Amino acid sequence: MLKGGVIMDVINAEQARIAEDAGAVAVMALERVPADIRKDGGVARMSDPDMIDEIIATVSIPVMAKARIGHITEAQVLQSLGVDYIDESEVLTPADESHHIDKRQFTVPFVCGATNLGEALRRISEGAAMIRSKGEAGTGNVVEAVRHMRTIRGDIARLKGLDKEELYSAAKNLQAPYELVVQVAELGRLPVVLFTAGGIATPADAALMMQLGADGVFVGSGIFKSGDPVQRAKAIVEATTNFDDPKVIARVSRGLGEAMVGINIDILPASERFAGRGW
Amino acid sequence: MLRVGVLALQGDFREHVNSLTALNVAVQKVRNPEELKTVNALVIPGGESTTISMLAKRVGLLDPLRKFVKDGFAVYGSCAGMIMLADEILDGRSDQETIGGIDITVRRNAFGRQVDSFETDLALKDFKNNFRAVFIRAPWVERVGSEVEVLATYKTENNQEHPVMVRQGALLATSFHPELTNDNRIHEYFVQMAKSVSRVNS
Repeated sequence: MLKGGVIMDVINAEQARIAEDAGAVAVMALERVPADIRKDGGVARMSDPDMIDEIIATVSIPVMAKARIGHITEAQVLQSLGVDYIDESEVLTPADESHHIDKRQFTVPFVCGATNLGEALRRISEGAAMIRSKGEAGTGNVVEAVRHMRTIRGDIARLKGLDKEELYSAAKNLQAPYELVVQVAELGRLPVVLFTAGGIATPADAALMMQLGADGVFVGSGIFKSGDPVQRAKAIVEATTNFDDPKVIARVSRGLGEAMVGINIDILPASERFAGRGW
Repeated sequence: MLRVGVLALQGDFREHVNSLTALNVAVQKVRNPEELKTVNALVIPGGESTTISMLAKRVGLLDPLRKFVKDGFAVYGSCAGMIMLADEILDGRSDQETIGGIDITVRRNAFGRQVDSFETDLALKDFKNNFRAVFIRAPWVERVGSEVEVLATYKTENNQEHPVMVRQGALLATSFHPELTNDNRIHEYFVQMAKSVSRVNS
């Protein structure tokens, strides 16, 4: 049960232990955090099974791992390793430019990224059990996460006022299955949990995303690319629980050392933006 | 008057709030010792027990929670909440602390990893019809003290039978998540329990 929790990117067993000690509800095992994927360039792929095994053996909380978009075999391998969730992630280099994985063929649950409601519902119809707003991973800049969360929530709010006939055309415009659109209109939320990701670097960033309606937070480069990962990890966990209590956010924000150096998204060329990957 | 707190540090506390609200019970989220003082019954939700335990420790809630149990207030824990109410845990972190109160030994993640999560129809003692029980990386009970009443058990594929719902006095625990279903009978049972021990929190 991940709700209200923080999921942290880790690249080895030692980081996984730090994350668990800090109160993470799960860890994401990957070879390079998004900031390094950006820096190094090249093709980013599924992690080494040895490294995933080691992390599974180290922590008692759930372990997630990333497969490339559309890479059915990577997902099969991760399922065979016994990971708890697969993230079909735009942070890795896509393997298929028009098809996502048919996630219903798997027993392991999937999490997928989305920038708007239509994209989220397409992933859910393919079998995703969890959605995260994409944000722009590896930038330490929360602006895209905010944009995507506000877009998804705004799209949902607009559906609620529509009558039955209008929902048909809404489904057409969203390029999403009608039944899911009706369900969202009735529930006033997604039929699965909605986490947030991409650019969260401070306790205040995490709390902001919770205030905007996220069910929980993924933190990637923000922790282990900062000056004091142990304290920052703890602080982000506490801020996520107490997201509406500025006094707590202030207390946990003190003396954390340097945050990761951020990147301004508007100077980032389109080819280096991850959020546009996925369809 | 009964006022039920729901421990809201992490996990599916919102679902518990909804289940209780549907029963017309006054509900209050509890995240710190001050909020605990305003309630006279408590639900501990499903979540990651390591996370809940650590957050409770950090905000200074562990000892007030132990006192709350000792003072005889009704407390119900589902999944991670069962772990928090157990006197002893297996496969937890070495430094993992619980509130305790129920004389049981609980094995964490006993049913396995996320892919081993399942739903089943469970017969509950004193309940007329079966209950649709949702198990997610769930714990089970391996040892039961003499004061503990077993209200439901589950038989695994290799014919091992383990308690998955227990009660000791004013304390109730389930391995599964009734808050994730629309069936409010376990919450109703707990509310009746809480009313019968009805106490004033001073």
